[in-house]
Amino acid sequence: MSALLDIAGLTIKTGTTTLVESLNLRIAPGERLGLIGESGSGKSLTAMAATGLLPPSIKATGSVTLAGQQIIGTPDHQLNRLRGTAVAVVFQEPLTALDPLMRIGRQIAGPLQRRAARDGNPLSGAALDKAIFDLMADVALPDPQRIAHAYPHEISGGQRQRVAIAMALACRPDLLIADEPTTALDVTTQAEILRLLDNLVRQRNMALLFISHDLPVVASIVDRVAVLRRGVIVETGPVAEIFARPQHDYTATLVAAAHAFDAALGEQP
Amino acid sequence: MTTLDVISPKRRSHGSVTLWAGLALVGLHIAIGLLTLVWTPYDPTGMSGGRLEAPSWLHWAGTDRLGRDFLTQIMVGSRIALIVGTGAVAIGAALGVTLGILAAFASKLLDDALAATLDILIAFPTLLIAMLVVAASDTANLASAIIAIGIALSAIVARLTRILVKRVLLMDFITAARTSGSSWPAIVFGHVLPNIWPTLSVNFALQFGLAVIAEASLSYLGLGAPPPNASWGRLLQEAQGTVYTAPIGAIAPGIALVSLVIGINLLADGLRDSIDPTRRAR
Repeated sequence: MSALLDIAGLTIKTGTTTLVESLNLRIAPGERLGLIGESGSGKSLTAMAATGLLPPSIKATGSVTLAGQQIIGTPDHQLNRLRGTAVAVVFQEPLTALDPLMRIGRQIAGPLQRRAARDGNPLSGAALDKAIFDLMADVALPDPQRIAHAYPHEISGGQRQRVAIAMALACRPDLLIADEPTTALDVTTQAEILRLLDNLVRQRNMALLFISHDLPVVASIVDRVAVLRRGVIVETGPVAEIFARPQHDYTATLVAAAHAFDAALGEQP
Repeated sequence: MTTLDVISPKRRSHGSVTLWAGLALVGLHIAIGLLTLVWTPYDPTGMSGGRLEAPSWLHWAGTDRLGRDFLTQIMVGSRIALIVGTGAVAIGAALGVTLGILAAFASKLLDDALAATLDILIAFPTLLIAMLVVAASDTANLASAIIAIGIALSAIVARLTRILVKRVLLMDFITAARTSGSSWPAIVFGHVLPNIWPTLSVNFALQFGLAVIAEASLSYLGLGAPPPNASWGRLLQEAQGTVYTAPIGAIAPGIALVSLVIGINLLADGLRDSIDPTRRAR
C-alpha cells in the first residue's frame, strides 16, 4: 500500500545549523504514528515540513510526499489545496491557535465552508449552522449555543482544544497532525482530550501523526512510535515492542522514566 | 474577590466616562455642523453689525473687522473642520492601510524601500506637502487641503499598519489558518484586518484630531479653504491683527478648535476599551 505521508531523507537547516538530519518516516492511510522526543529535537519542524509551512529562514531538503504530492519545492498556492484536505493540524496551545477576536462558531465555520466549497457543494445558512453544531457535539462541547457565540478567552482551555479539534475535523483530512495537543492542559483534561482524539480518529479512519515528549501519552493513542533525538530518529517500532525491548539508550531512559512515574503513582501500565 | 474583580469595574467606568465625554463634545460639533447646513444666526459672509463689536445678546461672540457675526463663522467652521477631518482620514486610512499591508507582505528589499519612503514622508512637514499639492493643482482650496493632509496621514497609518500586520502574521492562529488551507486574501480579510482594527480605529480617531489641527494651520497660512470660507484657521489669522483690542476673535475659534480635538482624543481613548472584546469585562 502506498504511504499517505512519505518522508525520505528530510534534512532541515537554518543557516549552517542542522535541525533535522536525514529523517525517514512513512504513514499509511489510517495508520497512527507517534513521534516522540524532547524539546528542540525537531518534532514540530518535521510536522511543519510535512505541511510545507516552514518559516522562510528554515530550509528543508530531501523528499516529503503527502497524498502523492511532493511538498518540498512546490509553490505555496499548490500546497494550499492539500492543506485542509489531505492534512489538518491541532496545535499545542489552543489559546493562541484560535483567533482571539472571532467568535467560536465563526471559526469552526471557516474550515467547514472551505472544505465544502472544495468538494463542490458550498455550505451556508441553516445547513452550515447544523454542521457547526454537529461538529461541536462530536467533540463533546457543552452548551453549544453559548460557546458558538463566545470568544476564545471566554471558554476553558479544554474547551478551546475541543474547538481546535473540531476545526481540524471540519477539514475531514486524510492525515491529522496533533502537535503536543495535550501539553498545555491539566492531567484530567489531557485524558479526556486523548480519549476524544482516539475515538474520532478511529471513527473517521484518519491517519494520525501524534507528536509529544511524553511516551505514556503517545503510547495510549498510536500503533507505532518513532523516537527523535537531536534531529535524528534513533528508533522506530510498534508501541509494545518499544516498551518491552527499547534498543536505543535514549529510548530506554524514556521507558524507564515512564515506568518509574507509573510506579510512583501506584499503577501498572 | 480577586484583585482583578476589584480593579476592572473602576477601569470600565473610567473608560465609559471618557467615551461619553468624547461623544458629547464631538456630537456637539457634528450637530452644529449639520445645523449650519439649514440655519445660521446670521449670514456667514454678510455684514450683520458694526465692526469689531464686543459680545452682546445680538452677537454672542461679537463681530469681526468687517462686521460679520463671529459665532456664525465659528459654527460654519465646525462643518469645515469635520469635512476636512473625515476626508483626510478617509484618504489616509485607505492609502495607508493598503500600503502597510503590501509592505508587510513584500519581499525584504521592497519592504525596506517602502519603509524608507514612509520615513521620509513622515519627516516631510504637512505644510510642505500642502504647498506641493497646491502647486500641482494651481489653487488652494478645501480639496487640496484634504488631499495634502490625507497624504501626510497615510504615511503614519502605513507605518503603523505594517508593524501591526507583521506582528499578527507571527501568531499561531495564522499558522493554524494556513494549515487548514486558508488563502492569503482570506487570512488578510478574515484574521489580520479584524485583529489590527481595534488599534487602527483608535489611531484613526487620533489622526482625525491631527487633521483638524493641520487644516487650521493650513488655513491660517492661506493654504486651506480660501476666504470667505469660515475656517477656524482663517478666523485666527484674521483676528491676529486685532488680538489686543478684540481678543474674543482669537479666543472663540481657539476654544472651538481645542474642544473638538480634545473631544476626538477622549473618544479615541474610550473607543479603545470598548471596541476590543478581549478588553471588555469578562
